[in-house]
Amino acid sequence: MTSTPHQTTPGVRANRVRRGLAPVPFLAPGMLFLIVFMAIPVGLLAFYTFFKRGRFGGLVFEFTFDNWIKLLEPLYLGVIVQSIGMALVVTLLALAIGYPMAYAIAGLSPKWRTIALIAVVLPFWTNFLVRTYAWILLLNNAGWLNQALQGLGLTDEPISMLYTPQAIVVGLLYMYLPLMVLPLYASLQQLDPSLREAATNLGANPWRAFRTVTLPLSLPGALTGCVFVFVPAMSNFVIPELIGGGKTVMVGNLVRDQFFEARDWPFGATLALLLTIILVLVIVLQSAVSRRVTEGPRRG
Amino acid sequence: MTSAPLLRVDGVRAVYGDTVALHDVSLDIGDNEFFALLGPSGCGKTTLLRSIAGFETPASGRIEVDGEDLLRMPAHKRPVNMMFQSYALFPHMSVEKNIAYGLESEGLGRAEIARRVAEVVDVVGLGQLAKRRPAQLSGGQRQRVALARAIVKRPRLLLLDEPLSALDRQVRASMQLELKRLQHEVGLTFVVVTHDQEEAMSMADRIAVLRDGRLEQLATPQELYANPASRFVASFIGSANLLDGTTTVGGVDVPGLGVVEAAHALPVGEPATAVVRPEDLELTDAATTGLRGTVIDTYFLGGASTISVEVPGLEAPLLATVHGASRLARGDAVGVRFGRTSAVARDDAGAAASAQEAVSA
Repeated sequence: MTSTPHQTTPGVRANRVRRGLAPVPFLAPGMLFLIVFMAIPVGLLAFYTFFKRGRFGGLVFEFTFDNWIKLLEPLYLGVIVQSIGMALVVTLLALAIGYPMAYAIAGLSPKWRTIALIAVVLPFWTNFLVRTYAWILLLNNAGWLNQALQGLGLTDEPISMLYTPQAIVVGLLYMYLPLMVLPLYASLQQLDPSLREAATNLGANPWRAFRTVTLPLSLPGALTGCVFVFVPAMSNFVIPELIGGGKTVMVGNLVRDQFFEARDWPFGATLALLLTIILVLVIVLQSAVSRRVTEGPRRG
Repeated sequence: MTSAPLLRVDGVRAVYGDTVALHDVSLDIGDNEFFALLGPSGCGKTTLLRSIAGFETPASGRIEVDGEDLLRMPAHKRPVNMMFQSYALFPHMSVEKNIAYGLESEGLGRAEIARRVAEVVDVVGLGQLAKRRPAQLSGGQRQRVALARAIVKRPRLLLLDEPLSALDRQVRASMQLELKRLQHEVGLTFVVVTHDQEEAMSMADRIAVLRDGRLEQLATPQELYANPASRFVASFIGSANLLDGTTTVGGVDVPGLGVVEAAHALPVGEPATAVVRPEDLELTDAATTGLRGTVIDTYFLGGASTISVEVPGLEAPLLATVHGASRLARGDAVGVRFGRTSAVARDDAGAAASAQEAVSA
């Protein structure tokens, strides 16, 4: 953190080298696992993107940039942009709903805090497909929501809710909201309460204390939550399929279709790699921003 | 005190669930005073401080600054600033920004803020560090920032919660002097909360000793030391030889020792404790008549030595302080003579009552 040069004696340096190697036994198993099952497949994916498709899947070893050029076609570009937009909406909604939730949970007594946190993660313990089908039951034209609305006399005809982009947003939001609440809660909960008191003591009204102290200090947690929501929301293809009725195509669906229906492995690989690249960029951006927030601009 | 008090605490009672943190505490603090709230942890001193700042709401009682009722004011409008025990510096702001925070809350102009921040940065000696973040500072430097942030608002009253507890010994001593210098220089009223009697004794003009939510005694450091109002105060302030017994006319009858002459105004036959400060305990030649004892340890402290003497009939050894090094050694036989001795009542409820009287007298 400080830029003062350290004078190191040889003994100290040797010690530091030894300490540098110390984490290896702890890192190795996990790293090996990730390299074998993450880096190699991604490498293969990247390799695929530069060849021509085989007729029934697979690939023909003829070098080409066509797959990357094809991405620029309005059809595919549109899907990518739409996916980003959809994931962005889900993320912002999750932030808007999740922040007050996390703030309130952090302020509860320890007993109620535990209960609230369990309630937040409870949906995770239910099967994914069961939860998604539950939404279909809720949203379809003869579903509970429409029955309730008609029963109350609010509408005469069922409102078509299922198989709309809004339904996808609702489904994704429901699915990933806990991923926003948990990191936010963690960062709000570890905030020293005396910081808020100090702000108050220095004459800040509650809103100013929140805006200038609580909010900026919870920003890293909020950014983590945003990434946790954005990344899976953008690549999800089951919810667009089931709740969106396959009408609204997102990148995840496109990737799946290329591999299983169009049998165009190289283009599917290109789309998948692009998705990965976008998500990695998002994560890099997030960590850079939160480092700036917590440590401040680098000193020269 | 001649002028009207700056801070008046009147019958403040604070309750947490079933426990009473403060039992109707009343005290007045004058303008420009360096005042200490002293007591062991859980005595209610922090509750009182936080009630003044507005972070706790007392169940009853009044707190006034310049005759204005503080309890009716929200915490952010009180003319009171506080230095937190943890310093509570904003980690995402530079030193400068931390200090400017309170002035920005007041909505002052940029130039005015910059001028006053620079002034305070200078007073506390933070010149080179204004652009740094709190994480890049040492403990002592952080404390200066916390102090600067609190005084830049020129509050009527500055509250300091255990201001020196997070510092190591050497920084502590210099900071102690500096706090005192600052108090004179900026002309503020300081209220320090501490559990460290040495700290309170060396800095404060007056000390309120609290115990179990009650005001035990309020007096100058000299008065607390010379005339403790209770056995608790006698044992908490400085070191003392405490001899429990029963009052006689002009003394205390200590079992196993006989009557020890001690000044007191208590009725005869009451449980009482004779208090002899170590420097008032005289060690004489073993040949003299009177109390005899055996040296069991000597501690050389540089300027003075403490000698502990075992006296037959007493459970605890007596402590005597002598100037410079002592030629006495373990096992030496010595005579013991009590110099200035006072006696305090042992009944604690009575002691608290007499402490209150002593304050108003």
